[in-house]
Amino acid sequence: MSTFLLLTITGLGLGAMYFLIASGLSLIYGLMGVLNFAHGIFITVTGYTLWFVESKLGDVPVLPRFLIAALAGLVVGTVFAALTELVLIRPLYGRHIEQVLVTVGLALAVTALVTAIWGSDARVVAAPAWTGQTTTIFGAHIPNDRWIEIATAVIVLFALEAFLRRTRYGLIVRAGVENRAMVTALGIDVRKSFTLVFAIGGLAAGIAGVLYTLYSTTVDPQQGTSLVIFAFIVVVIGGLGSIRGTAWAAIIVGLVQQYANYYASSGLGDLSVVLLLGIVLIARPRGLSGSFA
Amino acid sequence: MALLSIQDLHVYLGESHVLQGISFDVAEGGVTALLGRNGVGKTTTLRALMGLVDRRGTIELAGDDIQSVPTHKIVRRGVGYVPEDRDVFSALTVEENLRLAERDAEPQYDLVYDLFPELRERGKQAAGTLSGGQQQMLAIGRALLNDNRVLLVDEPTKGLSPLLVTEVARVLERVSELTTVLLVEQNLGVVNHVARDAVVLDTGRVVHIGPAKELLADKPMIHRMLGVG
Repeated sequence: MSTFLLLTITGLGLGAMYFLIASGLSLIYGLMGVLNFAHGIFITVTGYTLWFVESKLGDVPVLPRFLIAALAGLVVGTVFAALTELVLIRPLYGRHIEQVLVTVGLALAVTALVTAIWGSDARVVAAPAWTGQTTTIFGAHIPNDRWIEIATAVIVLFALEAFLRRTRYGLIVRAGVENRAMVTALGIDVRKSFTLVFAIGGLAAGIAGVLYTLYSTTVDPQQGTSLVIFAFIVVVIGGLGSIRGTAWAAIIVGLVQQYANYYASSGLGDLSVVLLLGIVLIARPRGLSGSFA
Repeated sequence: MALLSIQDLHVYLGESHVLQGISFDVAEGGVTALLGRNGVGKTTTLRALMGLVDRRGTIELAGDDIQSVPTHKIVRRGVGYVPEDRDVFSALTVEENLRLAERDAEPQYDLVYDLFPELRERGKQAAGTLSGGQQQMLAIGRALLNDNRVLLVDEPTKGLSPLLVTEVARVLERVSELTTVLLVEQNLGVVNHVARDAVVLDTGRVVHIGPAKELLADKPMIHRMLGVG
């Protein structure tokens, strides 16, 4: 029972991380039709900014130091995402092959640049002590950082839902996901919302980057790109453009990965997720939400 | 002076030369019907006027060239659009669809709800769950929310029951008292009821321009140009 509970909570924590990354990917593809292979570097940029700022605040106690560094990381990651849209993606709208090439190229270039400047070894980040400890529930020792991951993802989910349902920009994004040309035919410059969606996607991915740093207490050049692969799978399973579909898919993928790794064999978690993707694509080609894909 | 003037308009869709240099004017006020058999380029003409497809030629709105103006700016200059397949946002509620279309400081909800009281009653309903007729009401209502100089309406009676066709014709008549309408329509009864002028297209070219009633009274011409009657 305690093992199952542990696997469930850690699986939900993993799912929370996937959701944070995948939600931005999903909105970006749904609204703009852009497959953003550079999404992982928003995590890398946030993580390295966090580490850099944290390393410069040596005299400050760990908790405020981490919070200040995380905030700096999120700001830089969000601005970086917005600039990516403005400078690289905007001139290439409607040119899908070029978009894929430029986002793949950007991901490779940033990873190489980070490696060239700070090396390929992981850099250690001092995280607040409580996050490295465990809380015992029904005999299961649950790592505390998982609670933060789950709670943050829930807050982001509600914030995104509120943005999409209660603001005019959210209305434009939801309508644009369905029919971008018709939004334009209502007199709305839909491209203005593209930058905003990219920034929101970058912020959500950056939050995932902060949480991953909290979990691993390190940053390394590859961490963004490795996480984003599973986020793409989550997006396809959830249904492109659907935040709720993405949330359900992230939970399922996180749990399947954890259960398979423990109950089947270590390493089978990744394979199980790919099998799950295949099943969903055959049974529901448009994903769980039934939109797009 | 014509409110809308189209000169030598060309549109290519892939390899197909859909509009082959069409020219016609839309006079201010009333309804101008754009007629023709299926596939002659009527919908493409409206999409070209809206800037939704690449086009070449001259398009003037009240003397201003809008040929190279992006779609959202054309709309803001007072061109409303009701597309052929309604294109309401199915995941949004009726209210949200209308709210999205607001661009004037004082959107004309009174007019819209006066014409289509059902839209008020179904405000919280997802547009995707409306019937075809209700979706058409929403598509027209969305365009009427703002003060347009000209309204481009594409086959508003397509797929509707005879009762709803009559209702749409009544609405178009009322709308034509408020603004200029360029109407693509296959139902000649509706055209006869509302249109003042008619422009007939055939294989991407204009083959007739004249008063709608004269055209519709000439059965051999109708048969030759539209394949009906």
